[in-house]
Amino acid sequence: MSTYISLSYLDLVGASVFLILNAVCSFALKLGLERQLLFSALRMIVQLLMVGLVLKAVFAASSALLTLMIAVIMITFAGREIRARQERRLTGIWGYGLGATSMMFAGTIVTVCVLVLQIEPQPWWTPQIALPLFGMVLGNTMTGVSLGLDTLHTTVYRERAAIEAQLLLGRTRWEAILPCARRSLRSGFTPIINAMAATGVVSLPGMMTGQILSGVDPQEAVKYQILIMFMIAGATGLGVLGAVFGSVWRLTDHRHRVRLDRMV
Amino acid sequence: MFEIVDLGTSHVGPVSVCVAGGECLAILGASGSGKSLLFRAIADLDPNHGDVSLNGRSRAEMPAYEWRRQVSFVPAETGWWADRVGDHFDADGDLEDLLETVDLKNALDWEVNRLSTGERHRLGIVRALQARPSVLLLDEPTASLDADMTDAVESIIKQQLARDVCVLLVTHDPDQAKRLAHRSMRMMGGRLQAEPGAKP
Repeated sequence: MSTYISLSYLDLVGASVFLILNAVCSFALKLGLERQLLFSALRMIVQLLMVGLVLKAVFAASSALLTLMIAVIMITFAGREIRARQERRLTGIWGYGLGATSMMFAGTIVTVCVLVLQIEPQPWWTPQIALPLFGMVLGNTMTGVSLGLDTLHTTVYRERAAIEAQLLLGRTRWEAILPCARRSLRSGFTPIINAMAATGVVSLPGMMTGQILSGVDPQEAVKYQILIMFMIAGATGLGVLGAVFGSVWRLTDHRHRVRLDRMV
Repeated sequence: MFEIVDLGTSHVGPVSVCVAGGECLAILGASGSGKSLLFRAIADLDPNHGDVSLNGRSRAEMPAYEWRRQVSFVPAETGWWADRVGDHFDADGDLEDLLETVDLKNALDWEVNRLSTGERHRLGIVRALQARPSVLLLDEPTASLDADMTDAVESIIKQQLARDVCVLLVTHDPDQAKRLAHRSMRMMGGRLQAEPGAKP
């Protein structure tokens, strides 16, 4: 494990040369991208440096409460992101709450199970292990849930006449909306299915790359990566299912009507 | 007996009216006066208040899907959820006869995208009749049809009336109302009023 090579800040400045070269090209070719490019690079630097500081403090404190607080903050941001990624969303608290809650339950259940049953750090919530795992699971579940909800809401809005035609023939709300729900579930599942199919052939996953760079035996890194993929797929599946069926329930009512008034 | 008592939504009503089995009530009125919204409220497709009952049994006593099998609403714009026409129908006994009446005998193998507005409308009516409803709510059933097809659809409506089905018919054509309806009423500003000069 001694092959780990530490980077100096000077190395980072050196590596930024190509980014600056891009900005210069953009300026020379009047593409107008240089400001955006440099601004987002600066933003990334500040965000990552701060996260580095925060994580260092949290790891040093090794407190369950602090770890929980960080997890809650992560959920809050991911919930906002789910809401922002939907073109049409449920009104009121549902617009934020449904996506965030399904993501939170799915991500938490899967992460806690794997920590307690498979990885078994002492204590099980050890922030060095729990927080990065939770972050990866949450990030992918967030993408799945927001895609699933976005597809559902757009489809129900567009296909209202088709759904109501089935209701008018005496079908239940679940039967009538099933084609839309199926399409939304597929759209929510697609990224993780594609990721599993391409992993290792097209790209080496970030975490595995990180472990290999820090000197871990590739076979060990692969085992971790498979575990993570199972976690991500499991959590995404649960989260998308919960969010899509929760939203179907909200977008219809007990008299088997389509309630577009509950969506903006 | 089909009975509507104080039915209303935030846009229409309250509306109260009774239609007997085998009777056709024509509802006339300008666009935007609430005719289609009234039908949606009767079919329980929009949140509404008031009561609607069929042969003494209130719709509140049954699940909405059971109600809609008995009280069938054919909207002016029909909805389609599969690519093939045939996937929208149950292949039961009188389907072929019904399709033949509206001159669409071979339509089951067609693509929905290929259908004209008039074809969609005729198929929508056939689809609704398959459940053998006791009440038919028809929203401009012949709006996009030529004279021959209008005759065909009107003869289907007459057949249903002969079977004691209640028909509520929204139409812009006063002559059609005279041909089919036993009574006419007019929708104005969301309220249903007796049509002046209509036959009693």
